[in-house]
Amino acid sequence: MINFQYLRTTSAKSALSLIAKDQNSKFIAGGTNLIDLMKRGVSSPEKLVDINHVPLKQIEMHKDMIIIGALASNTAVAEHEIIKDHLPLLAMALNAGASAQLRNVATVGGNMMQRTRCGYFYDTEMPCNKRQPGSGCGAVGGFNRMHAIFGTSDKCIAVHPSDMCVALTALDATVVIAGPKGEHKILFKDFHRLAGDTPQLDNNLKADEMIVRLEIPLNSIGRNSHYLKVRDRASYAFALVSVAAGLEIANHIVTDVRLAMGGVAHKPWRLTASEDFLRGKEASLENFEQAAKIAMKDAKSFGENDFKLVMAPNTIIEALTLAKSKI
Amino acid sequence: MQPSDKEFNPGDSRRDFLKKSSLITAIALTPAVAVKAAESQADERFAELFEKIPLNITVNNKAFKTSIEPRVTLLDYLREELHLTGTKKGCDHGQCGACTVHIDGERVNSCLSLAVMNEGKKITTIEGLANGEELHPMQAAFIKHDGFQCGYCTPGQIMSAVACVNEGHTGTRAEISEYMSGNICRCGAYPNIVDAIIDVVKGGSKP
Repeated sequence: MINFQYLRTTSAKSALSLIAKDQNSKFIAGGTNLIDLMKRGVSSPEKLVDINHVPLKQIEMHKDMIIIGALASNTAVAEHEIIKDHLPLLAMALNAGASAQLRNVATVGGNMMQRTRCGYFYDTEMPCNKRQPGSGCGAVGGFNRMHAIFGTSDKCIAVHPSDMCVALTALDATVVIAGPKGEHKILFKDFHRLAGDTPQLDNNLKADEMIVRLEIPLNSIGRNSHYLKVRDRASYAFALVSVAAGLEIANHIVTDVRLAMGGVAHKPWRLTASEDFLRGKEASLENFEQAAKIAMKDAKSFGENDFKLVMAPNTIIEALTLAKSKI
Repeated sequence: MQPSDKEFNPGDSRRDFLKKSSLITAIALTPAVAVKAAESQADERFAELFEKIPLNITVNNKAFKTSIEPRVTLLDYLREELHLTGTKKGCDHGQCGACTVHIDGERVNSCLSLAVMNEGKKITTIEGLANGEELHPMQAAFIKHDGFQCGYCTPGQIMSAVACVNEGHTGTRAEISEYMSGNICRCGAYPNIVDAIIDVVKGGSKP
């Protein structure tokens, strides 16, 4: 690992002023993705600003929303009574991700900021437009079993590996961001980016900003829900495909629904068209199948990941069926 | 890992260098305004080679005071500086769990934690589990149930298992397997490891 300067701070304000001074500086929280990337030479910041002592670990219930601080650990969120009671979808997704050891230090903000990545991004001998813009994409025409089927670009077909972010996308969360000019909010579903022509950018957070907290609206969608993750081994593996599904049903009719997918795009992938189709329809297997078909409309595979074109709709149907069974 | 004094240009005044490097060390923990003022005068690229950060850390109930390069992981600090080689380096990338230790009672992969991030923390390693000659109940259970073959993953497995019991994730065999999934055993001792954990839970011995 190339050495770097290490600074520690206890306030968001001083963290922001430290990061603003130097383009090659980065925040470090849990560090579980960043230290890994630094060891492999994929990322070499000259300065790390340790923000673990900034007081942003709150998990609070407010009148119409739940607030989670950016530095709350993945374990703290997944094990919190408020989250288990009101947002089991989020707890399920968190517990489906990483390992107990990683979740103990990985933070909510860090989970969002982990790189969208694939094996070519990690291998500094290979071309990768994300690591080195303009060098090409090794995965298009290469080993692409894990890769994207939605919103792809010829520049990059890596997927965002987070499970937590899929749930938060489905839950209509809002991200509160602090910057030099104060705080502003952005919808969670707009936080991460598609690769397009700028695969080096995973999200819309600017270099001089930091995530301070999440706001998640309270409704029963987060309760009548299921997070279904399909992967190569039973635990501790990235998703091949995952689905976060939340349902509200009255008299067999879907009154509201949320659907988002992981393992299929450069960002957590919300299935808005499928949701629109299901609202007002009977909560039947036939309609779930039709919703899955609608979700797959613009899907495109790259050879080794052709199987996802079958696995993805099947996972949507199963996740909806499991969410329905909890009502 | 530590650059030696031989590496800098004899043409540079040692006094100048010491001034610059201590300045950088000092600013690591000072307010932003002071940092800004200090940095404009310091040759960072030169100084960064020699910068060490003070570290106060407790390992297995023993307090240590040292200074260390920021890039040193907790794992390397434990093994190379304190010679506590019970904690193993497997993959060094957070994928195998061989390096699992407890930080303030919670299990963590020490390969993905910088030593300097653990200022003021209490670390427990496999060497800190036994009470003198008396094995920790989980250590005894691993022996009783043959929870290993080659033994390389075992310190991490045991540290993780103790935490798993403390966390209360031991309701079923499936739950234990799920919450132990961050520890890979290439020999495949998994069923015996689960047996050992269940034995400790049933024995009621508090890890």
